[in-house]
Amino acid sequence: MRGALRMQQAPAERSRDFRGSVGRLLRRLTPQRGLTLTVVVLAVLGIGIGVVGPRILGHATDLLFNGVIGRQLPAGLSKEQAIAAARERGDDTFADLLSGMNVIPGHGVDFGAVGRTLLLALGLYLVAALLVWLQARLLNVVVKRTMLTLRADVEEKVHRLPLAHFDTRQRGELLSRVTNDVDNIQTSVSMTISQLLTSALTVVAVLGMMLSISPLLTLIAVVTVPVSLWITRVITRRSQKMFVAQWRNTGRLNAHIEETYSGFTVVRTFGHRAAAREKFAGLNDDVFHAAFGAQFFSGLVGPATMFVGNLGYVGVAVVGGLHVAAGQITLGAIQAFIQYVRQFNQPLTQIAGMYNTLQSGVASAERVFEFLDEPEQSAEPPRELAVGAGPPRVEFDDVTFGYVPGSPVLEHLSLIAEPGQTVAIIGPTGAGKTTLVNLLMRFYELDAGRILIDGMDTTTVSRHSLRTQIGMVLQDTWLFTGTIAENIAYGRPGASHDDVLAAARAAHVDRFVQTLPDGYDTVVSDDGGALSAGEKQLVTIARAILARPRLLVLDEATSSVDTRTELLIQRAMAELRRDRTSFIIAHRLSTIRDADLILVLDGGRIVERGTHAELLDRRGAYWEMLRA
Amino acid sequence: MCESSGMLLALLRKYVRPYRGLVAMVMLLQTISTLASLYLPTVNARIIDDGVARGDTGTIVRLGGVMLAVTALQVACAIGAVYFGSRAGLGFGRDARAAMFHHITTFSEHETTRFGPATLLTRSTNDVQQIQMLVQMTFTMLVTAPIMCVGGIVMAVHQDAGLSWLLVISVPVLAVANGLIIRRMLPIFRRMQRLIDAVNRVLREQLSGIRVIRAFARESVERDRFRVANTELADTALAAGRWQALMLPVTTLTINISSVALIWFGGKRIDAGHMQVGSLVAFLSYFMLILMSVLMATIFFVMLPRASACAERITEVLSTPAAIAEPVRPVEPHGPRTGLVELRGAGFRYPGAEMPVLHDVSFTARPGTTTAIVGGTGSGKSTLVSLICRLYDVTGGTILVDGIDVRDQATEELWSGIGLVPQRGYLFSGTVADNLRYGLAGATDDDMWEALRVARADDFVRAHPDGLGMRVAQGGANFSGGQRQRLAIARAVIRRPSVYLFDDALSALDVHTDAAVRANLRQMAADSTVIIVAQRVSTVMHAEQVIVLDNGRVAGQGDHATLLDECPTYAQFAESQTVGAVAGEQR
Repeated sequence: MRGALRMQQAPAERSRDFRGSVGRLLRRLTPQRGLTLTVVVLAVLGIGIGVVGPRILGHATDLLFNGVIGRQLPAGLSKEQAIAAARERGDDTFADLLSGMNVIPGHGVDFGAVGRTLLLALGLYLVAALLVWLQARLLNVVVKRTMLTLRADVEEKVHRLPLAHFDTRQRGELLSRVTNDVDNIQTSVSMTISQLLTSALTVVAVLGMMLSISPLLTLIAVVTVPVSLWITRVITRRSQKMFVAQWRNTGRLNAHIEETYSGFTVVRTFGHRAAAREKFAGLNDDVFHAAFGAQFFSGLVGPATMFVGNLGYVGVAVVGGLHVAAGQITLGAIQAFIQYVRQFNQPLTQIAGMYNTLQSGVASAERVFEFLDEPEQSAEPPRELAVGAGPPRVEFDDVTFGYVPGSPVLEHLSLIAEPGQTVAIIGPTGAGKTTLVNLLMRFYELDAGRILIDGMDTTTVSRHSLRTQIGMVLQDTWLFTGTIAENIAYGRPGASHDDVLAAARAAHVDRFVQTLPDGYDTVVSDDGGALSAGEKQLVTIARAILARPRLLVLDEATSSVDTRTELLIQRAMAELRRDRTSFIIAHRLSTIRDADLILVLDGGRIVERGTHAELLDRRGAYWEMLRA
Repeated sequence: MCESSGMLLALLRKYVRPYRGLVAMVMLLQTISTLASLYLPTVNARIIDDGVARGDTGTIVRLGGVMLAVTALQVACAIGAVYFGSRAGLGFGRDARAAMFHHITTFSEHETTRFGPATLLTRSTNDVQQIQMLVQMTFTMLVTAPIMCVGGIVMAVHQDAGLSWLLVISVPVLAVANGLIIRRMLPIFRRMQRLIDAVNRVLREQLSGIRVIRAFARESVERDRFRVANTELADTALAAGRWQALMLPVTTLTINISSVALIWFGGKRIDAGHMQVGSLVAFLSYFMLILMSVLMATIFFVMLPRASACAERITEVLSTPAAIAEPVRPVEPHGPRTGLVELRGAGFRYPGAEMPVLHDVSFTARPGTTTAIVGGTGSGKSTLVSLICRLYDVTGGTILVDGIDVRDQATEELWSGIGLVPQRGYLFSGTVADNLRYGLAGATDDDMWEALRVARADDFVRAHPDGLGMRVAQGGANFSGGQRQRLAIARAVIRRPSVYLFDDALSALDVHTDAAVRANLRQMAADSTVIIVAQRVSTVMHAEQVIVLDNGRVAGQGDHATLLDECPTYAQFAESQTVGAVAGEQR
């Protein structure tokens, strides 16, 4: 019985670590090291120009001012004479003003100089725009590449997880991580990273300038930073949890939506629409509440930091004022310093303001990393299963297995399929038939015993080499979105069109495909209604026929196919089985009676074995089953 | 562009409306906060001029107090704005998601097949999320930006109207430049959302086909398939990003060039004596204020095209009516449902298909009897079942349940009398009990065990340590096909419907179990109508009535014995299973 689950519940939530996830996210950028470095360099240059630009404009304004003042003064005077004249008039303020300027009395605005200055500014602005543009383009490449690999990693991880993992998870949950979470990381990284960079660099530059003016005042201004950091920590410790909850709840909601849409026919016809909507409303509310809490709490960081920053500003003004009064510092210096304090606080507030976006992204990153950290199936042995010349010999040697520890589904089961034999397995539902196949395919690992193919323990060879030699048709048909031809060709990549057609004919796919307007190019999907269940089964049989495996496993492969078609397929299968070892699970007598060996399975044990005739003669379990 | 932003606007109008009180609060608080931040520089200047410059500590402390009070007000407003803004923005998202889910769950097979579950999933979550982000962004900056911008413009014009013509040039230039970029981005984002669908679809298929993929060892093929979808998505995101990267530099450059021009032309005016230098400096600082607000708005405009593309996709879903419409005036059956099913010349043709799937099918299935439907693969058996429970509407003839055309009955009401066991017994993740409660909400443990007994599923559920609490993986992936079908049967049985519809639902059961389930059912639901689509002669031979379908037409109708004599198609069908039939006759 496949029923039980090895893992009962999702593993307990691991302690989540904001800083760890940030570090890991940053490390994901390192493959683009060169690009990332270029982005940083471009940002530094851009900020440099950003600082210089206004100064040059300021110089242009000065030139204008010089011209305006200069024209008021009589020509021929030197600057010194003009100052002296002003002092004589008792106009000390004007004299002071003049002394600080570069005026030539009698000269109006020097538009040549103004023009040159403005051209310089224009050039710098052009360069700055170019730098910003380049930086944004490169950053775009870095971020998008990182997201590409992140999504690819998740997809590859899927194929390394043990099958049991998927028995306990909803599809929509994982899908949410790949679409919603990765999307959120992308938005948050591209929105914050250049801002963070710019802000951090600005802070450093301004700090240097402040230190050069007054270490004491710098200390007062900077003393508020730890306070801001502390407040930020207090708030974000709460909001981080809420962000994680927001994206976890989004995943749950996504899972519910996905499941409802997947099983929609049942949802509707069982009158379960109202209940599905009710559950949706509950989960939707959970997303809302978590998201609201996260947004609100993280939204407090910005205003709080701004307030603390302003406290520092006032502090500097007070102390600075005292210093000026005491003559310890010049007015100009203190004015400049206060400007810098503003420039210092601004980027800090900006960083704080982006905190919610950042935290949200990190919460999503945590969820993606959490998936990437799930325990994987045991490592692949490097050894390949040798491809023998003929059909393989398969041996189950004292196999014991249970999905839940302590309740075995198969107990001490041994069987041998000689090369070229067809072994039919029958038994009541839940006897362990499908489990047998699952173990042969190494979907699950044995608890005890061995499975040998040509004498080789299957756990000592790579899964890939094992499975490529087995062709399997499952009861559950599975078609991916693509044409019918593509779905058949899935059995053997690189198969020629003729091979595909031959397989299709053998599986009697050809007959109904001819009636479709697009023939083999008809696009089908797993959910779509273009094909009936029986037709889907035929396509999957064609797939297995095309694969030409040495070992064929048919698990209720024709249960939805009508008996007439089945009979025809059977002939094709008989052909197919001729030089192969085959395992067949079926309920229909017609399918199993030609088998070389029939195993009757019940309660995880083989209760009878023999050929059809032998078993009928015995009048045991097999005979009993056929009497129905 | 216009059309899609129109859709966005319509969507916003509809779903933001309930929060207009909150939005008004946000506007008010943001206005106060913005005014405060406009006032703060004045206080700063006075602290320097009146306090620091004069060494007047008293004034510094007093003005510092004013400044802190203004900041405190600003902080309070900001917190309030975040509170109301988040409520409104996230409320919008919640309501839009709910509207999507609500609408999609009214869809019939036509619409769900047309869209596909992958895209419906993306549209219900990711697409709504994009618009929600835009809304939140709007609340945090788009209120501030216009105030600052308008304030800046008013002050600038007030300062010197003679230079205002520069605004008349630079503002339209900005608008046109950004407009052109956005227009280019819109189709890219449309494609991007489609590609997110594609990534979703490929991964969803991989998850549901994981066993087949592993069985065929096709991990590398799947990886390639995913890589194609993933790379396409990344390339498209890259293309969108390239245009986005252009927006900020273009905006800043335009504004910076304007400020350079401002000084040049301002200088001329000063030289001509029309303007003071101080005015020019003030004008410049207001210009910078406008710059800041435009920069803020740019972030909004960067998000606009994606949100517009998402709005289109959401509107497309919301404006698609379900093909299966609820009757305007539903007819209710007189008295309790008996389960009488009548088909009168029922026919069905898929939209656009040349050949009908079903043609002129007539029969009556009476309460207390079993009607079996047999036919070759693709002969229209499943379609017939879908028509009876109105998953599709007939394209010819009528189908009556309890004497009333199914199209005249409220669908929920119709379904409440039907126990459908679909071909793929889709189970939901949860426990066995959860799945049974799907059939009957208030089912007791006794109800459940009884239903399991009828479906012959009680043995393996009882054998499991968790019993009814046994876990079920999504789609029932952790069960064998037979177990899954039996649970699906139990889920239908627990409803005690008047009509049972088995869509080839007994095929995965062994002959023994199949017979036992039918016997149990006959015993428990003696008065119900049972319609069974089947492949096995042993399943159909004891039915009161057998309908033989061939290429969508009724090729024979009657009981087993009659059909063996009269219907060559049926005789052939039976003959192909002679061994089974012989085994059946041994009883």
